[in-house]
Amino acid sequence: MSGMNEFIAFVRRHRVAASIAFLLVMPLLMPYQALAVNILIFGLFAVGFNLLFGYTGLLSFGHAAFLGVGSYLTGIGMVHMGLPWGVAVLLGVASAALVGVVMGYLAIRTRGIYFSMVTLALAQIVYYAFYKAERWTGGENGLRGIQVPKMEVFGFTLDFLNPNTKYYVILAFVAVALWFVSRLLASPFGAVMEAVRENEKRAAACGYDVDRTKLLVFVISAAICGLAGALRALHLSVVPIESLHYLLSGQAVMMCLLGGMGTFFGPFIGAGVFLTLEDVVTTMTRHWMAVVGAVFMFFVLFFPAGIWGSFMKRLDKSS
Amino acid sequence: MEITLSLLALQLVTGIALGAIYALLAIGLSLIFGMLTVVNFAHGAFFMVGAFIGLYFMGLTGNFWFSLVLTPLVVGCIGLVTERFLVRPLYGRGIDYPLLLTFGLSWVLIEAMRLAFGVEGLPSSTPPELRGAVDLGIGYFPKYRLFLIFATAVVVIALWLFLEKTRYGLIVRAGSRDGEICRVLGIDVSRVWLVVFGIGCAIAGLSGVLAAPTRAVNPEMGIHVLAESFVVTVVGGMGSLVGAVVAGLLVGVVFALTSLFAPELAELSIFVLMAVVLLVRPQGLFGKAGLMG
Repeated sequence: MSGMNEFIAFVRRHRVAASIAFLLVMPLLMPYQALAVNILIFGLFAVGFNLLFGYTGLLSFGHAAFLGVGSYLTGIGMVHMGLPWGVAVLLGVASAALVGVVMGYLAIRTRGIYFSMVTLALAQIVYYAFYKAERWTGGENGLRGIQVPKMEVFGFTLDFLNPNTKYYVILAFVAVALWFVSRLLASPFGAVMEAVRENEKRAAACGYDVDRTKLLVFVISAAICGLAGALRALHLSVVPIESLHYLLSGQAVMMCLLGGMGTFFGPFIGAGVFLTLEDVVTTMTRHWMAVVGAVFMFFVLFFPAGIWGSFMKRLDKSS
Repeated sequence: MEITLSLLALQLVTGIALGAIYALLAIGLSLIFGMLTVVNFAHGAFFMVGAFIGLYFMGLTGNFWFSLVLTPLVVGCIGLVTERFLVRPLYGRGIDYPLLLTFGLSWVLIEAMRLAFGVEGLPSSTPPELRGAVDLGIGYFPKYRLFLIFATAVVVIALWLFLEKTRYGLIVRAGSRDGEICRVLGIDVSRVWLVVFGIGCAIAGLSGVLAAPTRAVNPEMGIHVLAESFVVTVVGGMGSLVGAVVAGLLVGVVFALTSLFAPELAELSIFVLMAVVLLVRPQGLFGKAGLMG
């Protein structure tokens, strides 16, 4: 058993490397590439959301705004401004962070349940604004025509039309984001985040600026979700208007809870379970939302720690 | 188009009629929140279920009034079952859990209606007694929308009488002030919570029946309604019934007037109104400062 325990401790110490190793082989485990790319992107979306919900204890229902703004601005940068795709991704992430500053500033004025309602409503502003700005966003039809050209990198040709290439290019971005999140969580600031979640008043009494911590996490979370959005635009080569809808925020909530909120790898497990479930159920019935909704309710009632969270708890107990 | 005073006045009444539905929705949300500190994310779904069941009963009996009474009862019963078996196990586990659960429930309810009535939705019609328009002195106004204002007023007054003048209403008010003390005094608080959740859902169902003739009835109709009723509750102040009514009407009027002057900004306007209220008065117009703290 001690060998096993050492292995677990080793994996925990190198959680970023372990996560990336898993994501490297994931396409081999999936029935087809598109599903794997989706899990990668939505996993990152849930990771960004998890920073705020799982680690800081703020339940936002407005994170679709960041995914959507990341997607749209990347798309607008490439289609309307003719930017190279790398710059467009940066533009998307920066814009999502900017929207995060504004939304966060308004939303952290409220607490508890209010916060969820306010973030949801603020995200709808972004939804309608992009919906109406048809000249830039294509309105109801979404933004079309996002093409990543073939590139030469260190003598290799990267072609986005090849699903394998696409997966691993996107994974490179996800890996950097995961490394960043892991560093953030291990830093003193990460400890302050968790302190705010556990007891806001006590954190304030210890001299930490609670509102600033919340706002900073909100913006970082927005930027990561924006990156997920930017990658999604490259993946789909269109931006559907639904990217901004609060139902998508709800999906982030569901994925995060299914996987295990406040765990490092949980969001990916959650995204994987959610999307695989959707994929499997749609082959049997059109009414996949009922099944996913019921599974989600079951988890809220009986397994609030989620799949990965419960698994980790079990590990802690046995070792 | 020239904007005359009578056109403005007419649009104002249109806004109030629209606001009446918002007010009803927000009352249901606020009632449940004030008592149970639960935000019902399935509120929009209950509204949608109300619209469908209302149309179903109307088709069955051909009588609008019959369905107006029966639908809230049915939706209220769904609410009772929801509270008893799904929400109740979550009390004491943190305020986020009932919210998450009701969000999941809304997905199930949407699909249940798709299964029962099809994905396309149902055609709705105004009951024959309420068709046509009446002259208000400022122009002709649809009879049905006047009826909406009237019906909302009746519900609000009935609810007010129930809460302020009856013994049970007293218990409800006491329970929302301090459930612990109520329990000490020998009141079965969990049963009061059950009833309040049921009433809140019944009102959501009622607003669904009432709204059905004025909009498209489809399984997705509750999705946007939920966001709009959140705007109303945030503007009015969570847990305040007066706030729900005032903010509901205000939001309706703002929507109607913006669609007169700048139609493309109509949907945006109410969310911007909310943002402004948040900046100036984060607890809402009628909210107590401490409630959210």
